[in-house]
Amino acid sequence: MKSLEYSYQPVSYWQSRTAYDSVWLLLLLAGSSYVAFEYRALMDGYEQAILVFTALMLVVLGWHWHALKTLLLVVTGFSLLAVNSYGTDLGRGETAFLLKYLWASQSAIMWMSALYVMATVCYLAALLSNRLFVGKVASALTWSATAMGLTGLLVRWRESYLMSADIGHIPVSNLYEVFILFALITALLYLHYEQKYQTRSLGAFVLLVISAAVGFLLWYTFDRHADGIQPLVPALNSYWMKIHVPANFVGYGAFSLAAMIGVVFILKNRAQQLNPQGAINSRLPDLALLDDVMYKAIALGFAFFTLATILGALWAAEAWGGYWSWDPKETWALIVWLNYAAWLHMRLTKGWNGNPMAWWALVGFFVTLFAFLGVNMFLSGLHSYGEL
Amino acid sequence: MPQSTVRILFRFLGSMNLAITLLVAIAIAAVIGTVVQQNQPYPDYVLKFGPFWFEVFKRLELFNVYSAPWFLGILGFLVLSTSVCVYRHLPLIIADLRDYREHYQRTALLRQPYHQQLELPATAVSMERLTGLLQQHHYRFRIKPQDGETLIAARKGSAGRWGYIFSHLAIIVICIGGLLDGNLPLKIAEWRGKLVVETRRIPASEIPPLSTLGSDNLSFRANVDIAEGDQANLAFIDYKDGYLLQKLPFSIQVDDFRIEHYPSGQPKSFESDLTIIDPALKQPLKQTIAVNHPLNYKGFSIYQNSFGDGGSHLSLQVWPLQRDGQPFELKATVKAHTPLEQQTLEISDFRPFNVTPDASGNKQFVNVGPSFQYKLRDATGVANEYLTYMLPNQQQGRWFFVSGMRSKVAEPFEYWFIPADQQQSLQRFMRFYQDLHNQQKLRQIALDAVDSSKSIQPADIKQRQTVVAFMLKLASQFVEGGYPKIAAEIEKTVPEDQREQVAGLYALTLQKLLKNLYLDVLHQEGIKTDAGLSEFDNQFFTDAVEAANLAHFYGSPWLLELKQFQHIEATGLQITRSPGQWLVFPGCLLLVLGVFCMFYLPQRRIWLLLEPQAGTASLLLAGQAVRNRYDFDREFALLAQQLQSFKS
Repeated sequence: MKSLEYSYQPVSYWQSRTAYDSVWLLLLLAGSSYVAFEYRALMDGYEQAILVFTALMLVVLGWHWHALKTLLLVVTGFSLLAVNSYGTDLGRGETAFLLKYLWASQSAIMWMSALYVMATVCYLAALLSNRLFVGKVASALTWSATAMGLTGLLVRWRESYLMSADIGHIPVSNLYEVFILFALITALLYLHYEQKYQTRSLGAFVLLVISAAVGFLLWYTFDRHADGIQPLVPALNSYWMKIHVPANFVGYGAFSLAAMIGVVFILKNRAQQLNPQGAINSRLPDLALLDDVMYKAIALGFAFFTLATILGALWAAEAWGGYWSWDPKETWALIVWLNYAAWLHMRLTKGWNGNPMAWWALVGFFVTLFAFLGVNMFLSGLHSYGEL
Repeated sequence: MPQSTVRILFRFLGSMNLAITLLVAIAIAAVIGTVVQQNQPYPDYVLKFGPFWFEVFKRLELFNVYSAPWFLGILGFLVLSTSVCVYRHLPLIIADLRDYREHYQRTALLRQPYHQQLELPATAVSMERLTGLLQQHHYRFRIKPQDGETLIAARKGSAGRWGYIFSHLAIIVICIGGLLDGNLPLKIAEWRGKLVVETRRIPASEIPPLSTLGSDNLSFRANVDIAEGDQANLAFIDYKDGYLLQKLPFSIQVDDFRIEHYPSGQPKSFESDLTIIDPALKQPLKQTIAVNHPLNYKGFSIYQNSFGDGGSHLSLQVWPLQRDGQPFELKATVKAHTPLEQQTLEISDFRPFNVTPDASGNKQFVNVGPSFQYKLRDATGVANEYLTYMLPNQQQGRWFFVSGMRSKVAEPFEYWFIPADQQQSLQRFMRFYQDLHNQQKLRQIALDAVDSSKSIQPADIKQRQTVVAFMLKLASQFVEGGYPKIAAEIEKTVPEDQREQVAGLYALTLQKLLKNLYLDVLHQEGIKTDAGLSEFDNQFFTDAVEAANLAHFYGSPWLLELKQFQHIEATGLQITRSPGQWLVFPGCLLLVLGVFCMFYLPQRRIWLLLEPQAGTASLLLAGQAVRNRYDFDREFALLAQQLQSFKS
């Protein structure tokens, strides 16, 4: 008998695509072709290229992560309904019931904020009570919050064009918008690891950062009234914004995730020494797993942060007259990069791991936080778009 | 022995400890560079840190950290250290890439971090099945018989090893490119005495050759402001506490500069229509540049960087403030010096509109109209700086002309609010304020006031004269220093227990004098005041007295009112040449490629040592992973499980 009977079936990458995957591919092809054609007058060659690249990336991401497909389809559905409901009249955001209470960008973002906070509470409750059902509710809330937030951003994009064609721009242009992006990306990264490693015990910690971001967002909205759509300053009016900013926030999100995993690592490590039989020790994931996810998050963040900084340099070469100006934001990006480069070197070549690396990841988070917010608050420079 | 010294040095340079130390050192230096604002004028630093620390920081070059020799030194060491590291590892990695480690013996396999002994039915095991399994896991393999046994040596993820080489080479390439575009050549030229920084404000034609860089300079970043209709074939490089002149091999002519606005008033785009005039061109090259859309020509890039005034012509009305006199007209040009009696008027800027956030706190913007900024320098060289708006500004429902003054550049402007009359002009206030300087008129007003007073006998000439003289003295004190001056005089001359009473009397007297003066102004305008004043006229009086009270702070013999302007704009261009980018950009691509390969295609090795025995095949499975051990744990366990499930 020549047949191979082991459980692992030999299938190629293409063979392992499901029917859902094919539908996904077709939908993305159709959607992006429609957009490329319908809005060709508004896009230059670079923007068309970004569209194609984004579609391809979404195809691959969706193939690797089934839940993402469903999320994005729901978000697309919501957004299309909202766009349809708006028509060409921005004023309908105040009159149409579904827009006013659900899908107008600011309403959707309020839903996102509320759902993320609820998710945080549920994750915490799940950790304390150790009940699976509560954990499932927490995950569902996180997914819902992410869906609402993404819808909010997409609808906001449309709203900006409804204000006026020359005001329209992708909503990643100021601190309010990128905070939403930060929450979404951090949540998606977390959800990915939650599914991959089948553990919900990290949620309470990671969602804490997201809730903090939401808190800032609410303060920024209600105290500073910074939630309105503002026209772009000339320097930001470039296709580079569409790639530089999201790449950067994958970096920021991943670094934050790593820091919170670092916190869990430190807790678990203490608990293991002090009270090996205690609930903390038994309910938190293995140290080896934590160590691994922390490394993966930092590696991912580092790769995207490198990419983002380089994209920023290319943009600077077009907008500011030089690829590097030692502007405070650039310099702090370099500091963040150097910090994680050192972290990775220590881990990969010196074999450092465990507690010191967890602490370092946490310190790295504060360095990143300063690069993200502190520079805007305390230092001035060319990059002062998100002033507090 | 020299050879071992070299080897020790080499090992030190290539060591991870040095590399990490350098990374941290650069990070710390970078932090310093953001905490201490870079490349500001030296006097600002003296103000901020005091003369002692200024000198210390200057010695340490903390004001230009990123071009300081010590910083470039650290960067140089990083390049050296990385180079040594790559040089040492490259041969090993290349050898490793070719090597499947098929010569490993059983003992070597047992030393691997992952190994497991498996016993399978001999019939279940064939070379095809084993290699088929490895292929499914994307391993490439080689087979080597070893006395009676067979070794399958497999590996995957060699891109991860290339990733190491790419990313580290990239760092070297990027740093070298960056150094090419840095100002190291300028530093060397300066050090050799071939270059001197120009710190004086002099016309370009007078800048000495020692401060001039030829058009063959390969790498620079320079700025030039060109007015509409003008052209320039030079630019200025900011350097230390001065600048250098950079010659260009062509001329740039600015045909037009435009700012477009959004409906809300915020700027939407800045654009310049340029013409490049170069003898090498058959016809001049015309192109419009904008922010994010530079012009590239012959390796030079021309950017829209800023804008400003290109010498607008202003028509001014000069109101004397320290004497009674007629206003007169003055023609002045922005960025030029205009004599004004004993003073010099230096207008530094003119803005045709000022868009400022709405005072209501809503995210709305309002245009408060044109303004101009200038210095008035007296014969001794001392100057105050002023910022004056052309149109009156509404404050709490009333309209005021606004002019700001400061005596030090580092300070914010302090504003003087002058009430506008019903024709929205300065006429009425100026009449009032100038009458305050007119002794004859004041005396007349004072006499009238005394005459109308019931408490003074008309016959008592001496008392009348004393009272008039007193009123005139009060008026002159008020003009010199406002209410505080009068209060100070009281403090000097009146015993403490009577001060309050005296102050009240003085205030009443002054108020009466001012009111009568104001009524006189109204009469001159032809306004009848017998039936009392209108609400506007009353309010105007209050505001005018307040403005007169503060006038002495203004510190100028003139108030300059902008009547008309002819706006001429200038565009601020940045011209750069950075050949280093042709190293930096490919280096960046290499870096991204390297980083992604390193993290996502880690190298792994698997060995299968097959020893056929009677009935069973004894298999030794061994493995090795450079990183991502956690994932490899699973892959190895899966492999072992899959092997065990082989059935005959």
